[in-house]
Amino acid sequence: MGISTRQFDAVVVGAGGSGLRAALQLAEANLRVAVLSKVFPTRSHTVAAQGGVSASLGNEEPDNWHWHMYDTVKGSDYLGDQDAIEFMCRKANEAVIELEHYGMPFDRLDNGKIYQRPFGGHTSNYGERAVKRACAAADRTGHAMLHTLYQRNVRAKTQFFVEWMALDLIRNQAGDVLGVVAMEMETGEVTILHAKATLLATGGAGRIYAASTNAFINTGDGLGMAARAGIPLEDMEFWQFHPTGVAGAGVLITEGVRGEGGFLLNKNGERFMERYAPTVKDLASRDVVSRAMATEIKEGRGAGKDSDHILLKLDHLGADVIDKRLPGIREIAIKFANVDPAKDPIPVVPTCHYMMGGIPTNMHGQVLAGHNGGAIVKGLYAAGECACVSVHGANRLGTNSLLDLLVFGKASGEQVVKDLASDALAYQDLPKDAADLSLSRLARLDSAKSGEDVAEVGAEMRRTMQLHCGVFRFPDGLAEGVRRMQEVGKRAGSLYVKDKSKVFNTARVEALELENLVEVAMSTMVSANARQESRGAHDRSDFPDRNDAQWMKHTFWYKENDRLEYRPVNLKPLTVESFEPKARVY
Amino acid sequence: MSELDRIRWQCRRGLLELDLILNRFLEREFETLPAGQLALFKELLGEADTLLLAWVMGQEEAPERYMPMIRKLQVL
Repeated sequence: MGISTRQFDAVVVGAGGSGLRAALQLAEANLRVAVLSKVFPTRSHTVAAQGGVSASLGNEEPDNWHWHMYDTVKGSDYLGDQDAIEFMCRKANEAVIELEHYGMPFDRLDNGKIYQRPFGGHTSNYGERAVKRACAAADRTGHAMLHTLYQRNVRAKTQFFVEWMALDLIRNQAGDVLGVVAMEMETGEVTILHAKATLLATGGAGRIYAASTNAFINTGDGLGMAARAGIPLEDMEFWQFHPTGVAGAGVLITEGVRGEGGFLLNKNGERFMERYAPTVKDLASRDVVSRAMATEIKEGRGAGKDSDHILLKLDHLGADVIDKRLPGIREIAIKFANVDPAKDPIPVVPTCHYMMGGIPTNMHGQVLAGHNGGAIVKGLYAAGECACVSVHGANRLGTNSLLDLLVFGKASGEQVVKDLASDALAYQDLPKDAADLSLSRLARLDSAKSGEDVAEVGAEMRRTMQLHCGVFRFPDGLAEGVRRMQEVGKRAGSLYVKDKSKVFNTARVEALELENLVEVAMSTMVSANARQESRGAHDRSDFPDRNDAQWMKHTFWYKENDRLEYRPVNLKPLTVESFEPKARVY
Repeated sequence: MSELDRIRWQCRRGLLELDLILNRFLEREFETLPAGQLALFKELLGEADTLLLAWVMGQEEAPERYMPMIRKLQVL
């Protein structure tokens, strides 16, 4: 077929926390593993995780995994699968201590144990009061984690393909995945990476929204690849909006600010969280805080001349505490919001931050073939933000994302090792048309003499998502949003890039990324329009309540005809009693 | 030209803050950057995201040789 082919035991797409953790498991088992990344691994978006990783170590005060499990189930608004949540919370201590042994520079207590701080939604004794469960390395936890895992991978001889973009999955007639087609940016050349196992770890896709904390690389490439290969996407209507993105810029102000004693004010100077969450106030879980902020703004109590944002006050902590406990926050506010938080409050708005949905997997990282039963796609695995296990359900607790990528990065790696050792996976013959889809996508871009502008279509998508599928959702808005996204989808089918060069053609890469984003946006809008309830991060004005009788189920979106199917939530944990759904109050 | 395109791509970072700052730089300064400073800029892009951001934010002191470039990024 004229394009070069390389063989590996396993190909990992993405080199953030989950990709690196999975790759490490594979490389240390002496497998030949290739890791593809659009950017240098330590510049993956995991670097942006500031707050910490949760584990019930109990270093500061009594804690246990069952309390953590309760918080996670409740935080998920009962949409998380309780078997997977039990698995994650029980593995948390091991995951953190393993990382400590790899050399991760956690902050420490005077007695040498890992320092832990409180974080939204994490409580002791089943919701009694906030607990110190977040392990951090100053405000650079993600950075430290990436560097630790990267160094460990180098030692284990993981082979990195840096500045490579995966384009499409290769599936055979039986539906098995045999690797990926990828493009090396330096040459623009396409290569088949033929593998026994393929693991997607491409992270989030927050660039579908106009207000987003996500870096530009977060374009949902793994989700686009899965969707084009006929694999459904699960629970895509659930996007977490971080309560505190700098208004107008999207830059994240860590929740640690509120953990350390900062709080939110409306335009009257009222500490309004006292009305919405009397016990934990500003430490309520993220969606509760976002909804409260949006309500304040909607009811005319927003600050600023357009009453369009909320104020985050922390000057009462004093400059010394701010500088010591929250390094960087002052400078970020000055640079991106033009205020010094030691003197004035920071203007903030709910800003898209995290995707709870993703490629459906079981707790071993194996990708589910469909909504019915446990059938898997042989040869395909996914972990981290791009995957939906589902541990976060309708809403993720802060610090559970780093835990997710450690636990399920490792679990998926272990599963690949197991499947390879048992000969469940072997090289299968590549179909003749293995690279055709990718080549035709590239050929269309290369030959098009006119068409849609990538920046314009991207902007229209982001505007549409923000307006019609944001932190608050209205029935007419969603219906109109579906129509508009269908229009955007059509336009994205005829993108035009003027630059036809091959070498580091960023315009071409951005067109390919936009095709992935549009799949993500479409699945989000269609799934949100169909879910007639409010649950976690999915908040509808016409259905303000959670409806457990009809909607305690996961959405499965299939690209073909935007078909939706559903799968019941797994309420049965592995070893303990189920947490029955209750009203979620803090 | 290809080298410039590579540098452009390497302005894609793990942190949104740097994407925003470096994009402003690409739009306003990059085309007219003298060759000597281009080499320095390229070297700077090889640094870790958190470090680079801390320098631009003035949280940490950058190595002296980077300062001309850091100052450019600071005023954007």
